[in-house]
Amino acid sequence: MADGFPVAFLFFAGAALLCILPKGNARALLLLAIPVIAGYIIWLLPEGNLWSTSIFELNLELMRVDRLSRIFALVFALAAFLGNLYAWHMRDMVQQVGTLLYAGSAIGAVFAGDLVTLFLYWEGTAIASVFLIWARRTEGAYHTGMRYLIVQIGSGVLLLAGTVLLWRETGSLVFESMTLGSLATWLIFIAFGIKCAFPLLHNWLQDAYPAATITGTVILSAFTTKLAVYALARGFAGTELLIYIGAVMALFPIFYAVIENDLRRVLVYSLNNQLGFMVVGIGVGTELALNGTVTHAFVHILYKALLLMSIGAVMFRTGTAKCSELGGLYKTMPLTMIFCVVGAASISAFPLFSGFVSKSLILSASVDEGYYIVWAMLLFASAGALLYSGIKIPYFAFFAQDSGLRPKEAPWNMLLAMGIAAFLSIAIGVYPAPLYAMLPYELDYVLYTTPHVVTQLQLLFFSALAFTVLQRTGIYPQGLRSINLDTDWTYRRLLPKIISAVGKPAARLWDAIVQFSLRRINNIISGLYRTHGPEGPIAKAWPTGSMVLWIAILLAATLLVSFIDLM
Amino acid sequence: MFSGPLTFAGLGPHFPILQVVIPLIAAPLAVFIGVTSIAFLLAFAASIASLIISYSLLMQVIDGSIISYHIGGWAPPWGIEYRVDAANAFVLLIISAISTVVLPYAKTSIEREIRASAHTLFYACYLLCFTGLLGMVITGDAFNVFVFLEISSLSTYVLVALGAERDKRALTAAFNYLIMGTIGATFFVIGLGLLYMMTGTLNMADLGERLPALSDNRTVQTAFGFIVVGMGLKLAIYPLHLWLPNAYTYAPSAVTAFLAATATKAAIYVLMRFMFSVFAPDFTAATGALNLIILPFAVIAMFAASIIAVFQADLKKTLAYSSIAQIGYMLLGIGYFSHSGITATMIHLFNHAVTKAALFMAVGAIIYQTGTSFIPKLAGLGKQMPWTSAAIVASGLSLIGIPGTAGFISKWVLINGAFEKGWWWMAMLIVASSLIAVIYVWQVVETLYLKKPVGDVVVKEAPLSLLIPTWILVFASIYFGLDTELTLSSARAAADALLGAAPLAAGAGS
Repeated sequence: MADGFPVAFLFFAGAALLCILPKGNARALLLLAIPVIAGYIIWLLPEGNLWSTSIFELNLELMRVDRLSRIFALVFALAAFLGNLYAWHMRDMVQQVGTLLYAGSAIGAVFAGDLVTLFLYWEGTAIASVFLIWARRTEGAYHTGMRYLIVQIGSGVLLLAGTVLLWRETGSLVFESMTLGSLATWLIFIAFGIKCAFPLLHNWLQDAYPAATITGTVILSAFTTKLAVYALARGFAGTELLIYIGAVMALFPIFYAVIENDLRRVLVYSLNNQLGFMVVGIGVGTELALNGTVTHAFVHILYKALLLMSIGAVMFRTGTAKCSELGGLYKTMPLTMIFCVVGAASISAFPLFSGFVSKSLILSASVDEGYYIVWAMLLFASAGALLYSGIKIPYFAFFAQDSGLRPKEAPWNMLLAMGIAAFLSIAIGVYPAPLYAMLPYELDYVLYTTPHVVTQLQLLFFSALAFTVLQRTGIYPQGLRSINLDTDWTYRRLLPKIISAVGKPAARLWDAIVQFSLRRINNIISGLYRTHGPEGPIAKAWPTGSMVLWIAILLAATLLVSFIDLM
Repeated sequence: MFSGPLTFAGLGPHFPILQVVIPLIAAPLAVFIGVTSIAFLLAFAASIASLIISYSLLMQVIDGSIISYHIGGWAPPWGIEYRVDAANAFVLLIISAISTVVLPYAKTSIEREIRASAHTLFYACYLLCFTGLLGMVITGDAFNVFVFLEISSLSTYVLVALGAERDKRALTAAFNYLIMGTIGATFFVIGLGLLYMMTGTLNMADLGERLPALSDNRTVQTAFGFIVVGMGLKLAIYPLHLWLPNAYTYAPSAVTAFLAATATKAAIYVLMRFMFSVFAPDFTAATGALNLIILPFAVIAMFAASIIAVFQADLKKTLAYSSIAQIGYMLLGIGYFSHSGITATMIHLFNHAVTKAALFMAVGAIIYQTGTSFIPKLAGLGKQMPWTSAAIVASGLSLIGIPGTAGFISKWVLINGAFEKGWWWMAMLIVASSLIAVIYVWQVVETLYLKKPVGDVVVKEAPLSLLIPTWILVFASIYFGLDTELTLSSARAAADALLGAAPLAAGAGS
């Protein structure tokens, strides 16, 4: 039993302990220690269902350890460690506790062997993570957090509904491979899809992540979406629909990312694009493709965190992450610049950097299965990734026109966290064998063949060329202060506009309906208050006489029904 | 006669009577000794002994067996019989467990709520009330139920009135409760009288054997009506709840916590015992009282009492009305008239006792520090009394029935019971009424954490002697939401015992 103690509880216990520790380094140390201990435990866990419990007739598997769940749990622990190291200087208990609960829930969800446990942790990640957004303590962040929470909880509710339906259909709660077809599986699929930011379900991502605190965004980027990727890989591997969803996901954010001014938002769009690769891998569903997805999730967490950390460091020192206000920072933040370039090289899949290791797998898998069009779309998406994050991010932040800003280098803890992430990104790129050894399936794959490297380099150099040409000729969109509309504009702005533009009569009718229903609701509430409020007749408790009356009435009624029914 | 140290094993067969006698004897001793600290130790020791006894009784009968104890060796139906089966052993455990947690809390709590000279009297009344509740649950004699009911009621009136030190309205509340409670008890004893008249016996098992033959008898039907209404008053069935809000609000905090968790629960047990063991289940079903009285009023209670709770300005009163709503859920389980319905009632007895006691104790801690439970005055206490506030939040979640808490288990079983009967609309009503609970719990959370404190009074956290008992119950309300082994199996066994084989068939072959 002791072997399979749910690792998630370690995080929860840590969160409780955190509250009673004195402020300062003791807490920061605890925040670092817990992911390390958790990682060690996860590493040593034997495989199998290690912790079963049952509530009523429901069998819950809290610890299903296999190769797929182990590697996700490990990278989550690693991400929690890096995030906490990066946030060493932070003294905000809300964020610290939120981070621990968030990471713990994500790891718990990965080990969940049944859908009910998955649901509980699924909601746990939603609730814990929203505090990282609210921690910014601005009015805007509050509303953004609220929108985020509603979407996330909505996803959880769909998951629960699907779980219940599935349970009634099959009598089983085990979380295993499903096929789309029934309402139950569709609900679960959409629940996963929301968290994975499928196209048209993605708006919460760009809405919420850039709104979080500097450290919060780093933490957020690691868990929620990758948890969804894990869930899809576990539940819907080989679902062909996912290939097309993934391909669209990989493509469309590029255009937004290119014109976006806020570098953190650029990175979040790129997050969406990278998720597309993983979703394609899941959709292809072969062993090679799933290995590719898992590898990609693993390295993606590292280099995405690295990029967000470097931009976060810039924001920490300068107070902004807007292209239009940055530039020339390499002079005073050289280390941050180097780490950022490493992250950019990784996301662009330069050979010898980690992104290459994983994207090659997914691309090869899609070719093997004959999805040439998808393969081409992914290639294009890779080129796009280079354009907007590989080059744009370091270029606008650290080079470009000198903004005149001369901030100090990032603090040591940020540098250390970025350094570790950068080191891992390169190490995996140079020597991927240890990572490949941890994958769910045996991998017989030679990464560094001449065609692979040459294809990738051609791609990279041509898109670099494209960037240079566009930049020189002034066609490439400069960092402008602007707000770019995404599809959420349709329901946040367009829909109300249409409603009010249908015409004055309609508008007036609408107003009247709203007024009427508001009045009705108010009437109902005040009616309830009149009757049930402290002064209301129903809530009066003093008169003994009324009580006696009630006793008489009730006795009469009881006698009456007794007599009548027996006759 | 002095007979040397009694061994535990030697006492074993006498556990049923010891369950009642230990606190009964401790009560006058507490007054005679007259020293508060010794009185407390005495009460606490009696409570612990009761807890051990009730646990061991439950373990003996959970497999479905029955312990029949003949007082003074007089065999029933002439002598008084104590009869322990899974149903009442479970309720005994609830009562003695809650008492054992509440007593240490009471020691600190009454220091600021009751004048020092009355402390020994408090312990005496408390022990008497405790005795009465245990007695009315354990006894197998119908008239004995009435006796113990009166013991617990009379001491309860005094306990409520002791709250006058803090708020004079406690006197009025106690007086009203006295009048109403007496009417209820009178109804109950009238019912018993009618039964005695028809059958010539007061032993419950014996009654259970004789009554089926008389099921067409008008007198028996009338007796049923009187007993249901009389007991309904004691358990605060919806329109007969008028005594409860004020009694709970103005009683001392420890008393409220104890009463809310035990008194109505014991009455619900007695009601079920009479409905299903004394009167045959078929008889009860045939009267229509379940479908036409219990069920509708249970549903009305779930909504009306919850809505009233939303509008209350005094936190204790909010919780008191919430108790009435929760009693609605328990009656709903009875109204299902099915095995899973009774199981739901029994498990909610336990879970609600734990949850509500934790809540009232946390509120008591606030009263201890601030002197008030007026909700607007609690603004911003979340920072100043973090542990107390967290206790309110955690047990509040259980009150709503959030998954992972004991309250969820109750609602789950209750909703399952509704589905079993095909009453999907009832499941929706249960969920809808739970949403009202969200409102009144959230109001409190909002006041505690999100509002700015009024004035700049510095409030300190409550002392550990209040916090530890409170948190024991808070942890229990979470623990029993995760591990349902004890509660669910006990509740099922209790439902078996209540609905199961004919009352005497499973006896010792007498």
